[in-house]
Amino acid sequence: MKPLYVLLVLAVWLGLWWLNTRFAMRKSTQWVVPVLFGITLILLWEMVVRLFGVSPVILPAPSAIWARLVTSVPILWQDFVQTIFKGALSGYVIGCGAAVLTAVLIDRSPFLQRGLLPIGNFIAALPIVGIAPILVMWFGFDWQSKAAVVVVMVFFPVLVNTVAGLQATDSMQRDLMRTYSASYGQTLLKLRLPAAMPFVFNGLKIATTLALIGAIVAEFFGSPIKGMGFRISTEVGRLNLDMVWAEIAVAAVTGSAFYGLVSLIEKGVTFWHPSQRG
Amino acid sequence: MNKIVPVLTVLAVIVVVWYGAAIKMNSQWTYDQAARAGTEVTFGTLVTDTLAQERPKLPAPHQVVAELWDTTVAKKITSKRSLVFHGWITLSATLLGFGIGTLGGVALAVGIVHNKAMDLGVMPWAIASQTIPILAIAPMIIVVLNSMGISGLIPKAIIAAYLSFFPVVVGMVKGLRAPDQMQLDLMKTYNASGAETFWKLRLPSSMPYLFASLKVGVAAALVGTIVAELPSGATRGLGARLLSGSYYGQTIQIWSALFAAAALAAALVIVVGVFERVVLKKMGMAQ
Repeated sequence: MKPLYVLLVLAVWLGLWWLNTRFAMRKSTQWVVPVLFGITLILLWEMVVRLFGVSPVILPAPSAIWARLVTSVPILWQDFVQTIFKGALSGYVIGCGAAVLTAVLIDRSPFLQRGLLPIGNFIAALPIVGIAPILVMWFGFDWQSKAAVVVVMVFFPVLVNTVAGLQATDSMQRDLMRTYSASYGQTLLKLRLPAAMPFVFNGLKIATTLALIGAIVAEFFGSPIKGMGFRISTEVGRLNLDMVWAEIAVAAVTGSAFYGLVSLIEKGVTFWHPSQRG
Repeated sequence: MNKIVPVLTVLAVIVVVWYGAAIKMNSQWTYDQAARAGTEVTFGTLVTDTLAQERPKLPAPHQVVAELWDTTVAKKITSKRSLVFHGWITLSATLLGFGIGTLGGVALAVGIVHNKAMDLGVMPWAIASQTIPILAIAPMIIVVLNSMGISGLIPKAIIAAYLSFFPVVVGMVKGLRAPDQMQLDLMKTYNASGAETFWKLRLPSSMPYLFASLKVGVAAALVGTIVAELPSGATRGLGARLLSGSYYGQTIQIWSALFAAAALAAALVIVVGVFERVVLKKMGMAQ
């Protein structure tokens, strides 16, 4: 029977592939293509698991993951609140706020900029999640230590981008402000900060993913008995892979939604920028 | 050149602040010990004691440097306590994963550029995947592969490959699309075939984009490997050093592993940067 199953899976794949190629050719139906691609993946996954009897401790079927997701909403919600709201979001707000403030503060000193920027760029490339065990030791097992990890992780990308953004005005625009006899504060608020926004949001968008990664990975080093990272590492140990996949699905949707939300705010704030027009 | 003085100044400030914080954070332990012994703590003994504790809350920079020296130069590299040994375990998995991820990423990018259905179908998912915390699946991959009898280098390399894969895809697609209509038209007037256009125009003009994403990818691969070394109860690799340090409260060990990881990341990014410079120069694209 096995060769027949292989043929069946291949046939479904090729059929949907052909369908997708047809959809891709016409402009009006192009939006279908990514959706159909996603559906194809899930369908093939389900078929492979069912037809070949893949053990659920290796790869659970999408339907099993969905069933688990629906039945364990309270646990998932509890983990979500612990990791996303308490850990990631508070760390994100503190870290990004501190980074933008620091950028504005060092903006007046070219000396500090030349000193901090190479270091900031360097640190942004380092495996910062590694400080998680240290911060867990300092701030305890609860969400405070996760927020601290997130603060450190998001700080440098946002700082580097904001400093670059504050330099984005050209001398003509600054001269115009000077002819208006604008003070430093007025120039900052009315010209340079708005002009920096596309750069700032670039940093903020990078930071959304980093915040989730930081909050989840920090929980691998110790956490109270809730949280997405905690759930993932313990349920993996108990081979409840459907629960792990359910948490991952929640994390994925949250990550995309978080990114989408920041992009929406960006659209509202930087409506004047060429990349947002048309 | 005008960067060296400011950078050194900032570094010096960091070291000073670090020493200050070490004295402040470790003082609790010193006061407790003194209270137990019934002695007074003078400022002099406070400083010498807080900077020389065995398990400080925050080890002083010279303690970390001493530990780094002790575990890299003073130990034989085959020793289980040598950071060179652990660093090599991590580095080998990172490089293998980075290689696989890069090859796969470039291959997928070529497919995306040449096939409309793949472009429309795969690209949105590749971009969306950048916004999700992929690292969360690391423990699962390790355990599942372990239960299938695969352990050691391969699972870590798979996670590293997975993390470096998507930045390469996105960057490479951008790069292969970099030639403008004028250049593509020129190729057409030469009667160039698709393959010739690819090898002589698209691939060369994608190189700057490729290297930019390789730098991101290699850093991501290292993070992936380190996180992959956490959950499996692994005893080898920099991630395992971090974890065992945090289990046994060996803060100096954590900090030295962290610095080793940082040095490794910096070295990898610099090596990619050197490659970039050499390749771009050979191709006449040096900036």
